[in-house]
Amino acid sequence: MENKINQLFKEKKSNILSIYITAGFPELNDTVKNIRTLQELEVDLIEIGLPYSDPLADGPVIQEANKVAIINNMNLHLLFEQLYFSKEEIKIPIILMGYLNVIMQFGIELFYKRCAECNVSGVIIPDLPIEEYNSNHKYYAELNNVKNIFLITPKTSIERIKLIDSISDPFIYVVSSNSITGNTLSSFEELRSFYNQLNALQLKNKTLIGFGISNSSQYENACQLANGAIIGSAFISSIVNAQPAKNFIHNIRKLKSIAL
Amino acid sequence: MNYIMDTIQLPNSKGYYGEYGGAYIPELLFNNIQELEANYKEIISTEIFKKDFDDLLKNYVGRPTPLYYATNLSAQYKCKIYLKREDLCHTGAHKINNTIGQILVAKALGKTRIIAETGAGQHGVATATVCALMNLECVVYMGEVDISRQATNVARMKMLGAKVIPAKSGSKTLKDATNEAIRDWINNPNSYYLIGSVVGPHPYPDMVARFQSVISSEIKQQLKQHQNISEPDFVIACVGGGSNAAGAFYEFIDSKKTKLIGVEAAGKGIDTRHSAATMVLGKDGILHGCKSVVMQTSDGQVIEPYSISAGLDYPGIGPLHAYLGRSKKATYLHVTDDQALEAAINLTRKEGIIPALESAHALAAINLLSPKDTDVIVVNLSGRGDKDMNTYLQHLSY
Ligand SMILES: Cc1ncc(COP(=O)(O)O)c(C=O)c1O
Repeated sequence: MENKINQLFKEKKSNILSIYITAGFPELNDTVKNIRTLQELEVDLIEIGLPYSDPLADGPVIQEANKVAIINNMNLHLLFEQLYFSKEEIKIPIILMGYLNVIMQFGIELFYKRCAECNVSGVIIPDLPIEEYNSNHKYYAELNNVKNIFLITPKTSIERIKLIDSISDPFIYVVSSNSITGNTLSSFEELRSFYNQLNALQLKNKTLIGFGISNSSQYENACQLANGAIIGSAFISSIVNAQPAKNFIHNIRKLKSIAL
Repeated sequence: MNYIMDTIQLPNSKGYYGEYGGAYIPELLFNNIQELEANYKEIISTEIFKKDFDDLLKNYVGRPTPLYYATNLSAQYKCKIYLKREDLCHTGAHKINNTIGQILVAKALGKTRIIAETGAGQHGVATATVCALMNLECVVYMGEVDISRQATNVARMKMLGAKVIPAKSGSKTLKDATNEAIRDWINNPNSYYLIGSVVGPHPYPDMVARFQSVISSEIKQQLKQHQNISEPDFVIACVGGGSNAAGAFYEFIDSKKTKLIGVEAAGKGIDTRHSAATMVLGKDGILHGCKSVVMQTSDGQVIEPYSISAGLDYPGIGPLHAYLGRSKKATYLHVTDDQALEAAINLTRKEGIIPALESAHALAAINLLSPKDTDVIVVNLSGRGDKDMNTYLQHLSY
């Protein structure tokens, strides 16, 4: 069966909207509830963050969500269980995003096996070095048809972008600026000139832009450059502020028909 | 004396000591680490660097520090005990050996803003000190909890011109201050991150170990003068992240004779959940960008450690030590708060030296060895006790 992320990128070339949620947040059993809501709102892709005590690349909003989820006793075993029992109803492609330590303790081979069993199509492990991906992860990921998604930033060298393009499929996660998550992006200037470079490279992969995307105009700007965008901290904040997901997503997509 | 020794490099080209080390960093840090990795060896081998480093260690820090034969302590334990007096370094601990080295690297890289983390404040003070000396902007992250515990060191950093930023995330101690410092570095890639121990992503563990290796190269030469031997029977050092121990072990790592003893903080006891004895309680994992032994839950959440000594309550350990310990090239023991307090008062009364609480852990470990009367033991006295007077006063009755 074709990987769901590949399928998505084949069918949809623009305005892909990916939303990040933290597993077990705000309540332990909200993971699937949140997925269901986002699926109904026709979001294209969902990233589920595995809570970790020391998320180096994350700002205060996602740090706090991680902390709450850990207090709720969320862990990888439980997350896979939640996903396994909702396998039939979850059609949307799921990507797990987690720091390597949590995955290491779970067991790398088992991790990819469980991903396949639980309908997870891709993983983002931001602190996984490429060498270690090649030696310890790639085999199990491919065996289970799970895609490893890698990040680049506007500061990544051309040589390294080419390397990452060669190991990625079907998309590369473009971090909007050199900054942790949740810092609102102030300008698209750097990204625009970065994309000039990127387009000239004729990469085989599609791209999504993430980090610091929080409103509809930023989403639009990102979609002009990339195949879509990823929203994390802003969505988590909307959950914290008890804003209905529907309002948030409609706002981002500028669906004016919905009264807010 | 030439303080940077061309000794056997332990980590491989990717920064691994055996299976420990490496650089487990988000892509956002790739260029930062790359810049340092590509340049540090070259920078520290230049004549100008060696000259500046040697000169500052000698005339500013006050090196070489004495290797003091502790007559009364030796009589008590019936062996030959030497104290390596890192407590006599400027700012009161070995930490400044590293900050001098790294500030020169930062300058060579053209950096003007320095970021550091600190637990007890010793590394923060040592960083603020070299930043004042070099006229560089200094930002120190310190856990909110530690800020209130270590008021004097906070005051020292401020007087030295550093900006002290409270780390409010997680448990608000050293681990979280380190996270915040690294996040600042992600957001400000033109800054220099001046890490305080032999931890973090490659090349930090190697670089910091090299700067601290001055401790063991002096010990070697001084033993020659005192005892006409170049290798002691034991070297004992306390281990938080492991920088003073790495420095004290460095020249003796290949020795067939010298037994290397690292001493971790057992806190209230290793079975109490109030402990920082990483080598006993930890499992292989990743913390702050390096693979090592980490105190964590079975789910991989890092556990907040406890020790009476703020410099030892780190839930990880440098990858060099993880390697030496797991391959049995060094032994890691642990002593409790009470044993450390007792050793501190013992040294104070026997030798007239008030040790840092961290160093008191190393002293307490002498009780766990059974030395012969001819054995030569070197204890690395990593720091002085001024910063710990409040704790001493609370716990000791006179
Ligand atoms: C006096 C002293 N000794 C030891 C340590 C522990 O650090 P390390 O294990 O890196 O030497 C500290 C840390 O603050 C310290 O201040």
